[in-house]
Amino acid sequence: MTGVWIAVAALALGTAALKLAGPLLLGGRLLPFRVMSVVGLLASSLLAALVIVETFGQGRSLTLDARAFGAVFAVVALARKAPLTVVVLGAAAVAALAHAIS
Amino acid sequence: MPFGIAVFAIAISFGVLARPVMGLVAPIVMSVVVFSGAAQFGALAVLSAGGSTAAAIAAGLLLNARYLAMGLALAPSLRGRTLSRAAFAMTTVDASWAAASTGDGTFDPWFMVGASIPQYVGWIFGTVIGVFIGGSLGNPDAYGLEALFPAFFISLLFEEVHDRRRAAAALGGAAIALVLTPLVPAGLPILAAVAAAIVVARVRP
Repeated sequence: MTGVWIAVAALALGTAALKLAGPLLLGGRLLPFRVMSVVGLLASSLLAALVIVETFGQGRSLTLDARAFGAVFAVVALARKAPLTVVVLGAAAVAALAHAIS
Repeated sequence: MPFGIAVFAIAISFGVLARPVMGLVAPIVMSVVVFSGAAQFGALAVLSAGGSTAAAIAAGLLLNARYLAMGLALAPSLRGRTLSRAAFAMTTVDASWAAASTGDGTFDPWFMVGASIPQYVGWIFGTVIGVFIGGSLGNPDAYGLEALFPAFFISLLFEEVHDRRRAAAALGGAAIALVLTPLVPAGLPILAAVAAAIVVARVRP
């Protein structure tokens, strides 16, 4: 449990530091272009990796289960510009259905 | 306001999923002091999979590294004393930051604050409700809750990927996670995805 609290504290401080760094420390100056170029792409890479791990990961193996049906629904709903609530709750409903049938 | 309602629903799922891993109080405190869906779900995903505390922190902070870029873009639009600039900067969250952009490179700080407050309230109340109903639900898989993580991250990914470089970084990150998941401990495949961002930035700066 100590680990959980360390994670909470570190994420609170780290997130605040990331939000404040630009407006407070750097003022109008910019980070080196090469650094900013990577920073701008980090969220895309990490989110895609999270999607894979959370959809297909089962400990240290890959599986195909109800989560994949929910993920497919989410992609289709987002492509059709559905609101976030519909995407997330709809994905859960589809996965619950897949879970009940299988 | 629509953001506030969506955030409320997502926070409930965070509370439900966090309770078995983090207990009753820590998820609520986390929502109050961190207030970041990506970092909280990212860290929780690592912890749920049995990853280490360090891996969970690293995953959460790397997911929030975008705030550095968002803060740099916001900086010229914030005026006044250090404390007031800091207060405005702390209200930065994805949807509000995007909504506060005026389209000519500047931001409306008060608009951002106005958009963030309902989200903050919704985030905390949702988490509280989630942790308390979480224990009485039984098997969360029966409600499809296991699909909430992927759906939430897919939603963020759709928001984020709006050009070819980001699409390439996302594809690279996904490929790294697919290859590494069976090979290395939980949490590491997500961190290793940073390599995709570095490679894309090098090839197409």
